[in-house]
Order: sequence, then structure tokens, then C-alpha cells
Amino acid sequence: MEFYKSSTPKIDFPEKIRGEAKFTDDFVLPGMLYAQTVRSTIAKGKIKEIKLPELPEGYYWISAKDIPGENVVNIIFSDWPIFADKEVNYVGEPIGLFVGENKEVLHKLCQQISVIYEEEKPVFDLVNSYIHKEFTKGDFSKAEKNAVKTIKETYETGYQEQAYIEPQGILCYIDEDDKFYLTGSMQCPFYIRKAVARALGIAPEKVRVKQPAVGGAFGGKEHYPSLTGSQLAVAVNKIHRPVKMCFERFEDMAYTTKRHPSVSTYEAFIGKNNEILGLRIRVKLNGGAYKGCSGVVLSRALIASCNAYVFENLDVAGDVYCTNTVPTAAFRGFGAPQTIFAMEMFIHHVAKELGVDPLQLRMKYLAKQGDITTNSGEFHDPIVLPQLLDKAMEMSDYKRKVVEYAKPGSNKGIGMSLFLHGCGFTGSGESTIINGKVKLIKDENDHVHVYASSADFGQGNRTTLARIVSNTLGLPAEQCTMEAADTDHTPDSGPTAASRTIIIVGFLMEKAAKQLKKIWKSGVRQEHIESYVGPSYIHWDEDTMQGDAYPSYSWGVNIVEVSFDPVSYQIKVDHCWSTYDVGRVVDERIAVGQADGGLLQGLGYGYLEHMGIKDGKFRNRSLSDYIIPTFEDAPPMETAFIDNPFIYGANGAKGMGELTLVGGAPAIALAIEQAIGHKVNKIPATPEYIMEVINHDKH
Amino acid sequence: MTSIKFRLNGKDVAVDLDPSMRLIDVLRDHFSLKGVKEGCGEGSCGACVVLMDGYSVNSCLLPLANVEGHEIVTIEGFKETKQFDVLQKAFAEVGGSQCGFCSPGMIIAAQSLLSHNPHPTEEEIKAHMSGNLCRCTGYQAIVQAVEIASKKGAGLW
Ligand code: FES
Ligand code: FES
Repeated sequence: MEFYKSSTPKIDFPEKIRGEAKFTDDFVLPGMLYAQTVRSTIAKGKIKEIKLPELPEGYYWISAKDIPGENVVNIIFSDWPIFADKEVNYVGEPIGLFVGENKEVLHKLCQQISVIYEEEKPVFDLVNSYIHKEFTKGDFSKAEKNAVKTIKETYETGYQEQAYIEPQGILCYIDEDDKFYLTGSMQCPFYIRKAVARALGIAPEKVRVKQPAVGGAFGGKEHYPSLTGSQLAVAVNKIHRPVKMCFERFEDMAYTTKRHPSVSTYEAFIGKNNEILGLRIRVKLNGGAYKGCSGVVLSRALIASCNAYVFENLDVAGDVYCTNTVPTAAFRGFGAPQTIFAMEMFIHHVAKELGVDPLQLRMKYLAKQGDITTNSGEFHDPIVLPQLLDKAMEMSDYKRKVVEYAKPGSNKGIGMSLFLHGCGFTGSGESTIINGKVKLIKDENDHVHVYASSADFGQGNRTTLARIVSNTLGLPAEQCTMEAADTDHTPDSGPTAASRTIIIVGFLMEKAAKQLKKIWKSGVRQEHIESYVGPSYIHWDEDTMQGDAYPSYSWGVNIVEVSFDPVSYQIKVDHCWSTYDVGRVVDERIAVGQADGGLLQGLGYGYLEHMGIKDGKFRNRSLSDYIIPTFEDAPPMETAFIDNPFIYGANGAKGMGELTLVGGAPAIALAIEQAIGHKVNKIPATPEYIMEVINHDKH
Repeated sequence: MTSIKFRLNGKDVAVDLDPSMRLIDVLRDHFSLKGVKEGCGEGSCGACVVLMDGYSVNSCLLPLANVEGHEIVTIEGFKETKQFDVLQKAFAEVGGSQCGFCSPGMIIAAQSLLSHNPHPTEEEIKAHMSGNLCRCTGYQAIVQAVEIASKKGAGLW
């Protein structure tokens, strides 16, 4: 389709580039107060007493006692308190807010308050499982019996901080309709609406949430704003004045949710012809003090645990462990980056151990259409992974380089990952739990207004979704516009997460537009609402984790070339090549933007972004000691898409937001492995880690 | 308190504020120039970058006292220029802005580079702009945007 060749101007581009877009901290309202959080200074204990300093006139203390509804943050599993009441479970857990006009006074009050604890022994090791999931495939005991040998390895991944450049912030007041009005740096307006309603014990319709400009999110603003939004709503309920709370970088880095650290053990059962009869996989995730969405993260980690490969017999289990640390939660990839890293390294290491070519071993187990998935469902759609591989290898000259760099002393390495990512919510969740809706309104001037609660925090949703509508209606792009999400005006299309915006919400948009086209009458106002009905062939049992885990999968290949400096142990990324099957690309410029940004985050996860923790406190306090890739770390990246339209996708498109991140870490880790000539079983593979590996192997 | 005088976006201004105040707070809170963004408050992200006498500086690190007698230009002033127009078109063309939070800082940093080095190499662009972080784009599009602007705006800088 020629149409897709040209990209649409991004609707919010002009106001953003001109510095006119309003982000949360840019709103100043008459009579507005600020809030600052008082946090636990210990990792575990009972709160014996809170000694408040004397409050100056116009200053308030807000705590659990002020919550009219339930003291829980409404998340998938609601176990986080809005304010710690009788006990604290991690350093930084919110106990209350000081609210008032002057930030410096608030700061002083936070220093003056004294909280008396009865300390208890905190747990930092992965010993207390609070979520367990398991499933098998095929006949694992037979694989075990017939195996002539086993190969077993353990992989570790660290914390990763979303490091959106705009820190978290939220603002709440009571509007002219007497509703609690919230605006803030967020991904899921309807999540916040539900959370606030529950905290205040009022109907959701009494809460209005509107998305302003949002400076990056990457999962970090999926659930956390439900906590801060609930806190502010409680304050506003008491004080009846607008209250704003924007975090400083330190606070954001130290106390907001991050990616789950993991330890995964993979064991391969090898038959007499060097074939892999089965895998036993054990995954451990560190969930921090509260469960929140960790159960779903674990599900995705386990479902992705064989990545793009198909093995006949599997024994898969995983746990999330409760520790007295900051809760971990959503981050682009949602559990998959951890196990995809492990699987990619493992198959490579198994090949080496068996003395076979890693590429051939991978090819042997590559998923094909009609194969049985890890969860005993089916790969229903055509899989173009071999084409993606060929193309990526050709672009990068992989075959020549992988031989050349293997020569000792080359100090160069090339690594390749191939991967999939399930699009949308797990299983039939899109039809049974989310049931997203979208709305189109055509006004008297035949301009089409597109409504969905999908927030745009940089991915270009507002542009792409409107584009799907204009394409379907055959209208010029300017004739369709999408407004920012607002719970009073946009239907609940579900959260902006799980790579579902294009494949699910976009698909709905296309259906809605087709319907509007049928009833189109020029010059009159017309409206159409469309609700999601998923493919009927998708069946999933959440308890047994059996069936079709996702409506569809996107696929990709990353190839990364690095140089290693044997003196400083530094790694330099020289070049990257990627190929993706995301169905049909809707807007190429936006798609390449996702590819570049996602890959660089994945690379950062693999070799750069290290978050240290001691006694439940993060060592990193800022963007100068938590290192994310800079201009100088960013390699040239070449990206190609292979067209493979999905019939249940929007104009053929599938998801891609997370796909672009998951392959970065294994690709760079494999490249580093080749460059240093030693196995990498842990990320980030920092110079310290590389030095450790080299010295360890020497002895 | 003695008043501090400087030029701001082409106008002479004088303020009676604590000279130790951070320039970013003066610009955002006192002058309502909200295009100046705060991403870290400690000089590591570049979201707060403004031009001081044509060079990019982190306004979160600069005490008000230090701008006495100098010329400050923020995105609000710079967006009225021809150079801005060339830069913004180039950013639009290649997708150099996603969430947009880093964008005003990126534009200012690019202006500071091009006004002193109108035809920078890729390495020079990366080196000069390495104080500006972007978590969305992967930087490649921004480098391309500066290259395009440098070509299309030849003679402007
Ligand atoms: S806010 Fe000034 S450098 Fe980050
Ligand atoms: S566009 Fe989001 S930080 Fe640069």
C-alpha cells in the first residue's frame, strides 16, 4: 500500500518542539499547594508513634487516617497501602504527606517529623515466595528418562530504572462539576480513576482524569500514578484546594517502581543424537514489598521463557519473592526481557557445549506456523522469522564477521538475538477483562474526532490511531484528529500497556471507521462506539497457564557489533541492525522511532544500566550515577521491516512497543561474549563484571 | 536586595530575587518560561539548557547572580528565529522528538553547536550534545536532524 510510505506529521510535535506543550509541572493554579512525602527510613518494622512538628498556618499533615475509603492502591493485586499505617515494609514507603504553599517549608517539616519504629529483621534474599506459577508441556518425565546428559546454567538480570526524562508528577483539585479532577504524568487514566474512587469511597464517575503532555513512561507510569493520585485525592478531599506533587529525580529514582531483578536456571535434557529432549526452567523474580502487578509479570516471563523456540517437553515454574525493597512493577517488556535474555544465552551455550553451530541449533528449534507454543497453544499466524534472520544477516554481514571476530585478540564481537513478543493482554483477557471501547464523532464539518483512552507519552499513539481512521475512511490525515485521553470524554479502551494500543485499540478503530463509513452522511454529526470482540479461536486457562497466551506475536532479530578495550574493560557498541515483523507498519517514521529507542534501552539493560542496592537502599541517586545511554553511547542503527499483515490487526498491524526492547540485552551480551572470549551469564555486563569474569576464568 | 539585570529573550530585565536562586526557578516561576524543563536538577540531563551569550548552559546549576549583565535566550525566545524554523523542520522530518520533554533542550543545544560550528561531523554532534539525555528516540534521529539542519540552513549560522 503506497499510502503507508509517507509518514504523517505527529500531531503534538509543534507544541512539543516549541516548548509549549504543558507537562504536569507546568500547571500553576490559583491557590495551589504542594505536597511532599514523608517516607519510611527503615526496611521493616512497626510504626509506634508519629511525632508531628508544629504545623505553621496553612500547612497540613495527610496520613492513613484521612482516607475515607480503603487504604489500598487499586492495582491488579491490591496490596499496597496508600499510606503505611501500622507497619512499614521498605525504605521509602510513604507514611504521609505534608501539604502547604512553600516547598522549602515542606522540606523542613519532612526533616522535623519523627517516626518511632519498632524495627524488625528485613528480608532481602529471594526466600519468601508470595506468587508461584507452573506448567508443563508434553511428557517431561520421558525426556528426563531418555536423556543421556543434561546441561544446566543460571542467569541473572538486575534492576532497570525507566529513567523517563520527566520525573513523576500529579495534580489534583475539585473542579466546577464537583469532581475530583486529576492530571499528571501517566499511562492509564482509567486506572487512576478507579484507584481514586476506591480510596475516597466514591463512584468512579465522580473522578475525572485527564492526560497532559507526558515525558516518557516505559511502564513506570502504568501503576505508580495510581498511588500518588490516590494520595493527592485524599489530601484534596481534606483541604479543598488544588495540590500538586512533582518528584525530584532523586526521589523518583529511589522510590518508584523498576524492572524485576531475576535469577533463572535453565536445564536442557539432551538425547543421544544431541537433540534437546526437553527443558526444565526455574525463574525467580524479586517483587519487592508488595505484589501489585508482579503476578502478571511472572506470567509473561514464563510464557516467554522459551522465546522463539519450540521444544517438545517442558517443565516450567517460577516464583515472585517478597523482599523489603521498593516494589517492582511494569517496565517495557514486562517479564519477557529477563527470560528472553536467559533463553538466548542458554541455547548459544548449549550449542557450544554440544559442539554444534549456535545458529543451526537455533534454526532447528525455531517456531513455525502451526507449532505448539510453550503453553500448549498454537502459533496460528504465518511466521517469517527465517526471512527476518536472512535479511538481518545480510545487512550486517554477520556470517563473515562471526568467523572473523572469533579469532583470538580481535577484541571485537558480534551477537545476534531473535525473539518474539506477545501482543496485548495475556490470553483472552482482551475480551474477558479489558473489553476496550473506542468512539468516533464526525462533526457537521465532516471532521472526525477520534476518542480512546490510549495515552500518548511519546510513542505517537494519537497520530497513529488517527491515521488508522483516516486510512480506513480514505480521508486526508488532517481530517481526523485524536484528543488526549480524558475519562469524561474518552471511552475506556483499556490501559496503554502490553503493546496493545495498535493491535487491539487500533483494530477497534479500524472497525469503528468501517462502520462510520457505512453510515456516513456529509454535513451531519454522527457518532459510533465500537467494543472489542477478539478472535474466537483464542482459548486460555489462567490457572493452568494452558492455551493461547496471546492473540498474536510480533517477531524480531537484533544484531549488535561491539569492540572491547582490554585495558579499561570498556565496551563500545559499533553498529546495530534489526529486522522486525510487526504485521504491517502504519507509520514508518514512528515505527523506526520505536525501534531505535527500544533497542537502545535494551542495550542499556544489557551492558550499562546498573542499579546497586544495599540494605534495601539503592546506591544510585541520580542520572549521573545511574548511567543510561547518551549520544556518545548510541550506535548507528539500521532497521528493516518485513510486511506480514495480521488479519486481526489495525490495517494489518501488530504490536511493537516492547518487541524492540527485548532482544537488545541478549544480542549485546552475545557480542560481548565473543569479544572477551568468556561466557556472560549476568547483565548488565559492566566493565566490573567483565573484569570479574575474565579474572575468574583465568584462575 | 539589589536587583539583578540581564537580557532575557531580547529584552532587558531586572529582578529583585535572591541571587543564589537557581536560574531555572527564576525562568520557570518568575518569568513563566515553562519551556525550560527540569529533568534532574543536577546538570546531567540537559532538559533545562538555555543559551547564555550564545552558549548552552544548564540553568539548573546556574545561580541567578551569575547571569548579571549576560544575555539569556530560552526556547520561548529562540522559537521566533529562522534558525529555529530550520531546526524544527529537520526534527519533524526524521522524528527527532517523541515524548518531547527533552526537545527544547535539544534544540537549544543544537543551536549552540551550529552557531559555533555550522557544519559539524557526526562525532562533533554527539560530543557536543552528550550532556542532553533522551530516553525515547535512541538519539539517531536527533543526530540526523542536526545534520539536515546544518545542510538546509547553510549560511544561517
Ligand atoms: S535539569 Fe538541568 S541538567 Fe537536568
Ligand atoms: S523525546 Fe522523550 S526524552 Fe527525548
